[in-house]
Amino acid sequence: MDELEEFRTIFFQECNELLGALEEALSEIESGHADSDNINAAFRAIHSIKGGAGAFGFDGMVSFCHNLESVLDKLRNDQIVLSHDLARLLLRSKDIVADLVDAAQSDRGGLENMGTDVLAELKHVLDHGEAPSGSVAPAAPAPALVVEQAPAPKSDDAQNAVEENDEEEEEETASEREVIIHFKPEPDLIRAAIDPLKLFRDLQALGCVNVSLEKESIPSLDSYKTDKCYAEWKVSLFTAASNEDIEDIFFFAKEYASVTFEYCAIEECSTPVQSAEGAQSKAPASVEQKVEAAVSKASADIKAESGKEADVVAEGAAGKGGKAPITLRVDLGRIDRLVNMVGETVITQSVLAQQASALSPEHHGGLLHAIEALSRQTRELQESVMSIRAQPVKNVFQRMNRLVRELNGALGKDVKLVLHGEQTEVDTTVIEELSDPLVHMIRNSMDHGIEGPAEREAAGKPREGSIKLSADHRSSRIVITITDDGRGINREKVFEKAVERGLFPADAKLTPEEIENIIFMPGFSTADAISNVSGRGVGMDVVRRNIQALGGRVFISSTPGKGTVFTMTLPLTLAVLDGMVIKVGKENFIIPITSIIEASRTDSHQISIMPNGTRVINMRGEYVRLINLGNALGEPLCEKNCQVLIVETEAYGQVGMLVDDLIGQQQIVIKSLETNYKRVDGISGATILGDGKVALILDVDTLAQMNLGSNSYGAFNGFSETVPAEDDSAEAA
Amino acid sequence: MTVTAGTQKAENPESDQRQAPRNQRQFVTFTVENRAYAVDIMSVREIKAWTETTRLPHQPLYMRGVLNLRGSIVPVQDLRARFGMGETEPNESHVVVIVVVEERFLGILVDSVSDILTVDAEEIKTVPAGSVAAGEDFLEGLVNSEDGMVAVITLELLFNDISDDNGL
Repeated sequence: MDELEEFRTIFFQECNELLGALEEALSEIESGHADSDNINAAFRAIHSIKGGAGAFGFDGMVSFCHNLESVLDKLRNDQIVLSHDLARLLLRSKDIVADLVDAAQSDRGGLENMGTDVLAELKHVLDHGEAPSGSVAPAAPAPALVVEQAPAPKSDDAQNAVEENDEEEEEETASEREVIIHFKPEPDLIRAAIDPLKLFRDLQALGCVNVSLEKESIPSLDSYKTDKCYAEWKVSLFTAASNEDIEDIFFFAKEYASVTFEYCAIEECSTPVQSAEGAQSKAPASVEQKVEAAVSKASADIKAESGKEADVVAEGAAGKGGKAPITLRVDLGRIDRLVNMVGETVITQSVLAQQASALSPEHHGGLLHAIEALSRQTRELQESVMSIRAQPVKNVFQRMNRLVRELNGALGKDVKLVLHGEQTEVDTTVIEELSDPLVHMIRNSMDHGIEGPAEREAAGKPREGSIKLSADHRSSRIVITITDDGRGINREKVFEKAVERGLFPADAKLTPEEIENIIFMPGFSTADAISNVSGRGVGMDVVRRNIQALGGRVFISSTPGKGTVFTMTLPLTLAVLDGMVIKVGKENFIIPITSIIEASRTDSHQISIMPNGTRVINMRGEYVRLINLGNALGEPLCEKNCQVLIVETEAYGQVGMLVDDLIGQQQIVIKSLETNYKRVDGISGATILGDGKVALILDVDTLAQMNLGSNSYGAFNGFSETVPAEDDSAEAA
Repeated sequence: MTVTAGTQKAENPESDQRQAPRNQRQFVTFTVENRAYAVDIMSVREIKAWTETTRLPHQPLYMRGVLNLRGSIVPVQDLRARFGMGETEPNESHVVVIVVVEERFLGILVDSVSDILTVDAEEIKTVPAGSVAAGEDFLEGLVNSEDGMVAVITLELLFNDISDDNGL
């Protein structure tokens, strides 16, 4: 039972991967790249899902997948012309498959009724060769695309049964029919060296096979003999092969089993599609060579079919030309353990280095060398381990396609999602946390940002709105931007609403940026009517808070009439960072190296005090706000030989931080304070230094914000800077 | 210097019949300012000598900061300060009792650990109404031992400020 449960888990994992591949292929098809590679990729993905679903008896899923597969099959055989409507129908079908997978995973009922309307449309396509809407004929603006059949690669690898099976199907004509085979072996089947699995594989070579086990014939355990075969199978085979070919497979098995064949025709496949010939005369679509993608799809496919026996699947041999890398499927928990161990090693290594620093190089040269080598190696080790956990953001980004499709329907808008840089890699822990903020921000853009088609036309914009989702690395952070071409933020309305909600007094003077960032404040929403999509006033503040909890930042900027840009930056990993150890009073703190711009000694004449009491420092002619970390952290500075660290904050630009001393740079392992305690303002986490003591990691942005007090979300408890917080909020008032 | 007590999770007194007969409970007793307190032995993970902690900014006075417990960051509360008797000025003879409640670790800074006390459940007397000074409502009950009265601490209440606004 446990094993079965394990297979189920693997099946659902694979479904998710395959759905991703399917989404990708179908999106490519929709955007005009309907070449055979993409169609084959989609076909293989859905075929694998169907195969797995059959094995677990998810009949609803199997029949839905079968219809979708048939449409794709006709598409690649040029029996159907691809229209815009059809491409969208395919995408919607993919969503239904995803729903079916979800439902199956959570054991929800109602599988049969799911997506019946889409199923009907698919059947319509199978019968009539075009998407049902009818309003968009193949010759209409939507480009008619013709599928060009790439020669199917020949492979003699035994594992390629699936590939061959696909090839077989490609050769099929419309005379495909269903054959039901009842296979009831005698108990001695196994002694006769007949392997039912081999028979089923042979059948698979003829067409699409769906095997189900008839459990009734299996006796209870007390009368069960392990060398007997009690099982009975029912095989449903979709094939064009002749009856003889099918029966031949059971030629030897017949002596040890009763085999019956039922030949029946399926309606949706039996009517040949007429439009095929016409389609062939159209201009051929460009065939883009995406061998790499195809290979990885193919291996994923094979994995799904054959790799159910273990959680580690080698898939090198299946690749065309053997180029596909060998991949392992490893439980994340094991990697986490490895990451933790490496983290501990890094700490131990820094203890060693600290202890060794007291030794004289003359007498302990060898030892010191070895310790230096060790520090280099632990660093490399750590980087390698972290790279194992890195994943492209593609998985999360692609999920947004569906969101946009569904919101298009719900809001009556026409928005296209464009993805950029989806191969950008970040740590798995970050990936998991990306989804919710993205959903919220895209919802916000779709609901508030992008206008309806009519309004857009009136404003001289294309009817179809666009949201660009892009990811990029910037030093050790990932930057994700969500750009829409909607109406932008109506600053007057936002401010009005903020006053109405009592967030600001009516005469407050705020910069445009400050007004735009109001939408991240708790309890703020401008939607006039509360909709299903957004407008409940929860959302953007939660987004900001969650992102900040991860050590990330989020900003908004907008141009009225032109659109809005959300920018979100996150650390690449939540596990390690390069830090500068600083001394404030008696304690050591860490400032992430990435936020430090420069460090310098200070002269008191460089520091001036502004009318409101804020201290500023003159750095080469520019004034920079200065924060006394001693006050900010409740650890009074010695104030003898202070140094200034200029750090870059995301919201307030450059800020100077007054510290007692800089101790040195070090790679640190981030530990959470929240595991056993709670979030502390101005602190993003903690680490353990070489001497075994805990050092706190400073969050320069919240520190800058806490010591600003010029906006109302600066209400932090018990804070006594040189500038009293009350004064500042009064000033904003 | 490290004494490890029971590794099993507590909270359910029924499950530790091996340590104590049915309806008996065991406590670790310790002193703060010459008064005796006790916590359930099943929630005690470890007893450590005092080591310097790392202060956390802008926390209540009784929050002594955090220490490194084999790689985890564990907050330490000064029980004397928590009971409103002023801050402890700890030296090597002071002791941190590491307890676990709902899988969260907390260190309690006390003057010294005294004993292990085994009592029948019915011997835990309720705290007389109105007798509790402000800030001392952490008590589950009172027990009479050979050396006088011992106050049993409800650990959950020490944790309450931690879970309050955790994760906002």
